[in-house]
Amino acid sequence: MKRLLRDYRGAFGAVVLAIVFACALGAPLVTGGDPTAQGDIVATRFLAPLSTDVNGTFHPLGTDRFGRDVWTRLVYGARVSLGVGVLAVLISITVGVAVGALAGYWRGSVSVALLGLTDFALALPRVVLLLLLAALWQPSTALVVIVLGLTGWMGVARLVHGEVRALAARPFIEGAVAIGARRLRVLARHILPNALTPVIVAAALGIGNAITLEAGLSFLGLGVQPPTPSWGNMIASGRDVLVNAPWVATAPSVALVLVVVACTLLGDAVSDAMEPSAVSHQPAAPVS
Amino acid sequence: MLTRLAARALAGFGVVAGVVTLTFFLLRLAPGDPVEHLLGPAASADQVAAQRHALDLDRSIPVQYTAWVSRFVRGDWGISIAKGRPVRTVLGDAWPATVRLVGLSLLLSYLLGIAIGAVQAQRRGSRTDTTLSVITVTLFAVPGFCLGLMLVMVFTYWVRVLPAFGAAGLDADYLTGWGRVIDGLRHLALPLATLTLIGVGGSARFVRGAMIDLAAQPFITTAHAKGLSPFQVATRHVLRNALTPVVTLLGLSLPALFSGAVLVEAVFAWPGVGRVLVEAVQARDYPVVMAATTVSAVLVVAGNLLADALAAWLDPRLR
Repeated sequence: MKRLLRDYRGAFGAVVLAIVFACALGAPLVTGGDPTAQGDIVATRFLAPLSTDVNGTFHPLGTDRFGRDVWTRLVYGARVSLGVGVLAVLISITVGVAVGALAGYWRGSVSVALLGLTDFALALPRVVLLLLLAALWQPSTALVVIVLGLTGWMGVARLVHGEVRALAARPFIEGAVAIGARRLRVLARHILPNALTPVIVAAALGIGNAITLEAGLSFLGLGVQPPTPSWGNMIASGRDVLVNAPWVATAPSVALVLVVVACTLLGDAVSDAMEPSAVSHQPAAPVS
Repeated sequence: MLTRLAARALAGFGVVAGVVTLTFFLLRLAPGDPVEHLLGPAASADQVAAQRHALDLDRSIPVQYTAWVSRFVRGDWGISIAKGRPVRTVLGDAWPATVRLVGLSLLLSYLLGIAIGAVQAQRRGSRTDTTLSVITVTLFAVPGFCLGLMLVMVFTYWVRVLPAFGAAGLDADYLTGWGRVIDGLRHLALPLATLTLIGVGGSARFVRGAMIDLAAQPFITTAHAKGLSPFQVATRHVLRNALTPVVTLLGLSLPALFSGAVLVEAVFAWPGVGRVLVEAVQARDYPVVMAATTVSAVLVVAGNLLADALAAWLDPRLR
């Protein structure tokens, strides 16, 4: 942990993510407004950042076309965007670890079938699938989470499969089997805890990736639906007013890029810190 | 080698068949129907039933599926329900635009990425390396549509030098010769820059990592020891070996690139397959969605196969 924070990439990633998560969780504390409330639209719309409206309310990042405070929407949007990212990655990791562990520890037809499934899912064009699913069913936040989660587990499954197979051949596992531990116990208590490092790295990168994809879907109008703010649909709504009110699209874009950069750097730093003996400079593959 | 490629091709065919089947059933099982979009809410039940019968949508799903497959294989891709034009024409008009965009950006982003990654690996730890790292990780993190919007803001609205929409200007039909080429290039500039910059972020990071890992290998020390110039070692020994994983990555990045193209095409109103697909999905235009998905699945699988073959050609150990 100390090594992680001494690495400037790890420190930067951790600090940025901590701040963003804190703002998202404590949204009512860092902003007084309501993300969807619309006041007097004509008098309060498209106010520049750092201005005060007729009611005396201060808008640090300005207002959008409905006179809603961009900072407030940014903070509440962080709840949605980060929530979608984290939940989607939790789903992918659960599925991926389960598939990878089973395929790695139970050889034979189970393993062949699961690996075949993984390869097939990996070859599916993910965005086309997302597009289909999101467009065909009523777009909603829950659907985005499920779809992102269920299309992102293959990378984790491959990683875990490789780790589990390598670990299963190590002497301490033979020892555990020799003293009569049941297979499931060996898998859960001895193998999996040792196979989790690459999963953590993949998760860090996967959150960034999922947030980006959610933003893309919301941008096309297929993700989180307005008036609920998410960074993607905030960028989409700022697109038409790029000239007159560039802050509407810029604020969520900057937030999005910062969070994804933080996830990427943190992932890089974790993979270096956890395995100092075999330092590889290859950036780890994201869960995608 | 040939048997391995044949096995991969067979597996690839399985993937395409799977994608097509999955898409077909997802489309049919999802709520919503092209007839609703075609006739509107005012249509009577009889009209809807007649239209459904005319489009063969009243038959059972497996029957529709076999009928579709047999027609598709024979080259009859059907007629777009929403547009009334043959699907082959709709896609035929759209593919060149996407291939031009995706192909060029693939080429540019890997050439630039290899160059940047190689420079970084050579000057590891220097200020140049750090600066380039900051730039590449940021590019890697920016979603395509975000970067596209930023470029539009700068080059179309502030500097006012490049057009932001479409593949040709309104007056393109009246231009001849060079004027027309330049008009096309000006329209290509922003979407191409967007896709390329994002690709550069990923490929440069990867090449840098691969080259640094290789530089620690004993055979590189040997190459240095026998008196080769650093430039020779870097190009002939390190880069040559670093290219194998890069080529594999190139194949794997094809689906991502097409996905990225879908969003970038939406931002720039680029008349490519991504836009056709998005529109077709929203209109439940079954024949167009099916054909577009099939063709993109085939292209992605073919790209992966090509990358495999290329990697084997570069690295004799893989043959």
